[in-house]
Amino acid sequence: MSHSESHVINNLEVHAHDTQSHGSMKDYFIGFVLSVILTAIPFWAVMSGSFSKPATVWCIVTMAVVQIWVHLKYFLHLSFKTEDGKASSLSFIFSAIIIVMVVGLSVWIIYESNAMMMY
Amino acid sequence: MSTITADLNTLSNAQGHVEAHDSEHHDTGGNTVFGFWLYLMTDCLLFASFFATYAVLFMNTAGGVSGKDIFELDFVAVETAALLLSSITFGFAMISAHSQKKAATLTWLLVTFAFGAVFIGMEVYEFHHLIAHGNGPQHSAFLTSFFSLVGLHGLHVTAGLIWMTIMMIEVVRRGLNPQTVTRLSCLSLFWHFLDVVWICVFTVVYLMGAM
Repeated sequence: MSHSESHVINNLEVHAHDTQSHGSMKDYFIGFVLSVILTAIPFWAVMSGSFSKPATVWCIVTMAVVQIWVHLKYFLHLSFKTEDGKASSLSFIFSAIIIVMVVGLSVWIIYESNAMMMY
Repeated sequence: MSTITADLNTLSNAQGHVEAHDSEHHDTGGNTVFGFWLYLMTDCLLFASFFATYAVLFMNTAGGVSGKDIFELDFVAVETAALLLSSITFGFAMISAHSQKKAATLTWLLVTFAFGAVFIGMEVYEFHHLIAHGNGPQHSAFLTSFFSLVGLHGLHVTAGLIWMTIMMIEVVRRGLNPQTVTRLSCLSLFWHFLDVVWICVFTVVYLMGAM
């Protein structure tokens, strides 16, 4: 293989790598501003104590989920636009499903058995 | 062979950019970063099991303190701010690294390190404060799971700080060659990932605990 061919391949690799992990200044600023807002709201909701407990829990959990999405999109640059991005995003979704099952079902089972032990 | 070259040229034109990179790029940086991402996903599972343990044990305070008694949200808000600021400054370091600006990369890495050190310093202070007041991890199941979960995150951040120090030395000595940039990309994923885990920590442990 000639030098020019290997150089083309190298460029392709470098480019694919760039699109996966490259963010612009604008991306980071948007991500940062959104994160500040999404952090301030739950802290304020809990510290002011002006809402009922279930409403506060729903509020802070929703804000956390939205902020995780913001971080994944703007800081970790997950996307479905490139092949590498697809592989990363799918592996994240797979892990998220496993985690929901492990944490969610463990907590459910233990709380139920706890309730049965009590009464 | 000429067909292959033509195909590759079509491919690279379709991508829109053919950038001239002067240095030879032998390591497959994309694969390394993806492999590191998969490691982070397994790390996610480790954190998930610690979260599950905390969720199961947090009510078992053995007559001692509960989250409501020991969590100070003002303090946690400052810790959160430090970590979030360190995330965006690491982003700036990566932008500088990709555009081959060595001095800017080093400066932003140093700023990131400072914010990370503030975070760890505050966490060590909090742990020390709790233990000094007789609320050490041995006191109740709640405190054990609290120290384990928050401590695991703290250990990760500490490892990140050590790694960042090594990367700063590497950037000073070797400059921003493709391999160093790949390593920085991995560290950036690690750092942003720890910020994502912290969102879960302050939501589940501190905010829910202080209600």
